[in-house]
Amino acid sequence: MSRVVADLALVAGGGSRAAKIDQLPSGLGERWRLPAPPSPTLSELFAAHPRDGGWVGFMLAQVDSEKPLLWVQDRMAILESGRVHPPGLPSQNLIHVEARDARDALWAMEEGVRCSALSAVIGEIWGDPRALDFTATRRLAVASERSGTPCWLVRLGGTANLSGARMRWRIASAPSLFNDLDPKAPGLPAWDAELFRARGMPPGRWTVAHEADRFHLVAASGGRALGEERRLSA
Amino acid sequence: MPHLAVERWAKSADSPPDAPVALTVEGTHGPIIHAVTKAAAERGARAGARLTDARALDPALVAVLADPDGDAALVRRLARWAGRWSPLVEVDGDGLKLDVSGVAHLFGGEDALVRDVERRFAAIGLTVRVAIAPTGAAAWALAHYSPSPLCGGGSTRAQRERGEGPNERTAPLPGDAARRLSLPHGGGRDLEEQLTPLHVSALRLDPDTVRTLERLGLKTIGALLGVPRLALARRFQGAENVVDALDRMFGRKAETLTAVLSDPPPRASLRLEEPAMHAEAAGQALERLIPLLVRELEQRRLGARRLSLTGYRVDGSTAVASVATTIPSREPKHLTRLLGDKVAALDPEFGFDVFALTADWTEELGAAQQSLVEDPSGERELARLVDRLTVKLGPRRVRRPRAQESHLPERASGWVAAVSSSPSQMGRGTIPRRGNGGGVKDGGSNHPSTMLRMVPLPTPSAQGGTRPSRLLDRPEAIAVIYATPEGMPRRFVWRRAVHDIARAEGPERIAPEWWRQPSSARLRDYYRVEDASGRRYWIYREGIAGDGRGGAPAWFIHGPFG
Repeated sequence: MSRVVADLALVAGGGSRAAKIDQLPSGLGERWRLPAPPSPTLSELFAAHPRDGGWVGFMLAQVDSEKPLLWVQDRMAILESGRVHPPGLPSQNLIHVEARDARDALWAMEEGVRCSALSAVIGEIWGDPRALDFTATRRLAVASERSGTPCWLVRLGGTANLSGARMRWRIASAPSLFNDLDPKAPGLPAWDAELFRARGMPPGRWTVAHEADRFHLVAASGGRALGEERRLSA
Repeated sequence: MPHLAVERWAKSADSPPDAPVALTVEGTHGPIIHAVTKAAAERGARAGARLTDARALDPALVAVLADPDGDAALVRRLARWAGRWSPLVEVDGDGLKLDVSGVAHLFGGEDALVRDVERRFAAIGLTVRVAIAPTGAAAWALAHYSPSPLCGGGSTRAQRERGEGPNERTAPLPGDAARRLSLPHGGGRDLEEQLTPLHVSALRLDPDTVRTLERLGLKTIGALLGVPRLALARRFQGAENVVDALDRMFGRKAETLTAVLSDPPPRASLRLEEPAMHAEAAGQALERLIPLLVRELEQRRLGARRLSLTGYRVDGSTAVASVATTIPSREPKHLTRLLGDKVAALDPEFGFDVFALTADWTEELGAAQQSLVEDPSGERELARLVDRLTVKLGPRRVRRPRAQESHLPERASGWVAAVSSSPSQMGRGTIPRRGNGGGVKDGGSNHPSTMLRMVPLPTPSAQGGTRPSRLLDRPEAIAVIYATPEGMPRRFVWRRAVHDIARAEGPERIAPEWWRQPSSARLRDYYRVEDASGRRYWIYREGIAGDGRGGAPAWFIHGPFG
């Protein structure tokens, strides 16, 4: 059974980029892959809203949890959007750093990125601090590429200014998928993911969910992952 | 000893050196003289006398309140400073006791050591009496009672050095003793010869025993030695056994020393020719000391868990920089890097002249294969990262999760300092997620749990988890509109923003922990809600109407789902 993706809107980038639509799947038979950097690097992720925690799931789905994770939060990020809660994470194998300010957070991230024994470094920075400039992000990107430790710079309530990040995402929560067991309950999380800048890749905007170790595109209205139909009818 | 108090007071107060001043403490019948200056002593004031009596002799006597606590603190500080000569220092009343066995040659022999001690104490304005003896008791007696010309002349503070090797403790060799004892007196007399003329109070007996001995005509140690042991033992049978005291003094009986460390920590020290006043001195000393310490650690097959660099200043104070590590380490590069920043912050003030690097806390660390390239195993690299983060940010800011036995979400996620979690926890620590079982009650349905198990429950990850990925440190109050008091919430206002609830699941009832919380604690009904834009939150209603634990139930938001 094949159903064309309904909510496939290529927004960013203008008309010329829309021509690349043939890269995207037309049905279920084809495996759609979320754009990902070819090698570990710095990705920047903007939460669409500071009170929207949806980005956590989107990001963690791309982080392998075999090795420990370094999770850095600055003080304002903890106050405004909460402290990491390990029981709600797929892996509890993490080191949490509570930084006083953005400068300490960036320093801790850079120390972590140099350490290849980590699966990833996640740093949450609140707002647009002065310490977070192009140089700081560029240093993170270079260190990350050198050591092979992916780094996620998460911006809460910040604006997208100049950055050295190789991929820049803007993530908002989307209505969750249909819950088989209780239609009134929230189902699998879904995200409205916008890749607004990436090196060597066309920008785009997708509504995706993550299940069975890969991202799926989601039809807009039904709130149901492609493939859901088949599973239900089986 | 009186002069420590007086000298300390004289350093802090502005007064002419020849002023008759008495430091007093409060006694049962008015002030009692604690210490006197030289001028006051010449005019008849004595320590231990009442102030009124002394005033009768010399009406010009100035009385100042003494500060015994401050004096004791000074002695303790000096004890740390005296670590420059020997690692084993004990505060003994008003004096210091150092174990200098095997130490003296570092300072050019015992003569030079004594001169060095006297010179350094004189430089900070304190008079000392120094004695080296094979036993601690003998050193104490000599320092306090010996009429030695070298240390006489009104100096009253005792700095006692004792050399006590295992063999000397049980059977002192006369020749050895004589060599050691030749110092304060300059003669070749042996231990007994020096001790015999001393008054019996040099044995550190209590005043009553001393008085009894005096009445018996036994005024010196020599006289006491002349009495048969059996007779002495029979006459003084109480706690203050005179025979014991004699044996301690002559090394026939072991004397316990509280400060003795059976296994002194690995330590490397550096003595400078001139006091170093510049700030980089400590860093340079560290670079020299680290290889020395690492060599010692290697020989003893230890790895440092805590390191401290102590800088000994010329004015008798010390400055310490210390760091802790997650796993035992003896890698020079790592240790230098850890200590570097802290050491650079040490303030030389008037200059450091000795540095000592000590591994206060060590653990076994076998010889490990050092890889040829800079590629250590993951665990070690991780431990180094934790060390670096902890040194800069503090142990309370770098933490690892540790699951707690609790139903309350904020208690269930415990945190421990990453630097203190044991190495075996590093690299592991994936704890199975707690499901809907256990103490989490299913408040909404009446199915017994066996029924629920028959239904193929979705795995938590398949439905996005039952716990949010983030928790607010304090749950925030929200205004909630609901259809019925016990029913599903419809809409809530958090931080002035209205969220229309599109889908909700719950309640998941979490009862208060009555064994830990007060009886007024209310139960919580948690709901997983999703608003119209897809943001998902974990909100709860605290209490139910009519539970008798407060007014209307209040709503809180506890965290966003990820």
